[in-house]
Amino acid sequence: MSTDLLKEALFATALRLGDTSLVLGHRLSEWCGHAPELEEDIALTNVALDLVGHARMLLTYAGELEGKGRDEDCLAYRRDVFDYRNHLLVEQPNRDFGHTIVRQFLHDAWAVELYERLCASKDETLAGIAAKAVKEVRYHVRHSGDWLVRLGDGTDVSHAKVADALGRLWPYTGEMFERDEAEQALVAAGIVPDPAELKAAWTARVEAVLEEATLDRPADGWMQKGGRRGEHSEHLGYLLAEMQFLPRAYPDATW
Amino acid sequence: MYTQGLDAKTEQSAQPSPRLVTEQDAALQGRFQERVDAEEKIEPRDWMPEGYRRTLVRQISQHAHSEIVGMLPEGNWVTRAPTLRRKVALLAKVQDEGGHGLYLYSAAETLGVSRDELVGQLLSGKAKYSSIFNYPTPTWADIGAIGWLVDGAAIMNQVPLCRCSYGPYARAMVRICREESFHQRQGYELMLALAQGTADQKRMAQDALNRWWWPSLMMFGPSDDQSAHSAQNMAWKIKRFSNDELRQRFVDATVPQAEFLGLTIPDPELRFNAETGRYEFGAIDWTEFNEILKGNGPCNRERIEARRKAWDDGAWVREAAVAHAAKRKQRALKKAG
Repeated sequence: MSTDLLKEALFATALRLGDTSLVLGHRLSEWCGHAPELEEDIALTNVALDLVGHARMLLTYAGELEGKGRDEDCLAYRRDVFDYRNHLLVEQPNRDFGHTIVRQFLHDAWAVELYERLCASKDETLAGIAAKAVKEVRYHVRHSGDWLVRLGDGTDVSHAKVADALGRLWPYTGEMFERDEAEQALVAAGIVPDPAELKAAWTARVEAVLEEATLDRPADGWMQKGGRRGEHSEHLGYLLAEMQFLPRAYPDATW
Repeated sequence: MYTQGLDAKTEQSAQPSPRLVTEQDAALQGRFQERVDAEEKIEPRDWMPEGYRRTLVRQISQHAHSEIVGMLPEGNWVTRAPTLRRKVALLAKVQDEGGHGLYLYSAAETLGVSRDELVGQLLSGKAKYSSIFNYPTPTWADIGAIGWLVDGAAIMNQVPLCRCSYGPYARAMVRICREESFHQRQGYELMLALAQGTADQKRMAQDALNRWWWPSLMMFGPSDDQSAHSAQNMAWKIKRFSNDELRQRFVDATVPQAEFLGLTIPDPELRFNAETGRYEFGAIDWTEFNEILKGNGPCNRERIEARRKAWDDGAWVREAAVAHAAKRKQRALKKAG
């Protein structure tokens, strides 16, 4: 594969990772001041901060790879739904704390396995970003995993709520392990990890926590896909309308 | 963030209830006052007058509640911050406020009250928090104005509290003040970006200053001649400077900052007195202040409702955490046995 095509594939990857972090960070930030206890207000905000931080690094890198002068804010605030490349999982609304935790854990278990491997990427910038992010996502997956165990193994009410959320969100997990042809080239070049290996590691991690949480692993049926290609749910448009309001309303302003 | 109106006359009195003062009590009181006068720190296990304890519980818990309620008006803009850098800064600031709430509740707990009890008082409407958070944040410039003015006023109030006679409170304040001064600079920098921006941005900045100026002055509490507990709190070294003195210092520090921004303070009577070297300013509308204290501010109901909703919606989560901890303990015992 030519260098240009590899660069284009790398741009798409950086954008997907950046958008996924940004949208999930935004969702978590919606909890700010409304969590079940003060410690969780602080913890969820902390995870949101880390995720937006990762998004900044990834989007900045995506802009550099693209070479059209778009910076992190231009990419975050000036793209519409069909240009966003995040996983559908992370744009799903918060609903209740249990739903938020299940969504977070399914994502974190993927993110930690991904960033652990990206630390050894042949692409130095991506490896550098991963080295920083991995320290934080290791904490995230512990936090969301611990909560999933507490809620799954807690009361009948909490068990029922997270079991329901798990069933609802499971069909969004398939997308995390999709790879197109361009990404296969990145795998071959040692830039991103092999999705099959990533899925095996994710599955082992998820199953261990679900068992401790006394939750049944849902069956792998039909998987919802499209986020990585810009085909999103109805939820993302509202999220972007809120997030992008100021730069859209005052296009000439700098903040 | 800070709590004002601590010594407004509408508050429950902090004076010790009338009781027989025995000789032993008098000796303890005397020794206590000597220690305070010698600038020694009073620690949780030390003897202290009941009025001192109650005043501190009230002040520290009101301060903690203010931090927690204060997360709401600023949290209102977390999802709409206009750049990723601003979003991260605002998230971090709101998170710091949650952290301040935690240290302050912990400091209050050293005086023999539980956090649950204090939170219960906030949710029932019995406890007060800073009235400033009963004003809304309709525009982005409000985030700048809160950092610049509200945190600025808070610092003026709080720096002397780092020398408060009660050790745990004084120590919590040292850390809080460090973070608040960072927030204040951040807020001013946000205002500067607006003031140097487009005509719309400048208008937004001026509008926010117009709305936040007078409420910020009210944060220092009633005038000295209206203040119920000043003298005793000064003697106890809980308070170091009078409300009016702190307010004046805030005005003196802030007016030149507004001038640098090219914004106008909404007070036609404001003028510099070359003789005293201080600014003279117009009369504060205490009717508005008192109405907000009574619950009639623009957001009093919404703020408490938001806190109650978070608490009520989270009940099943807290119950699950307790149930899981009990199950784990039981399993560990079974394994050991």
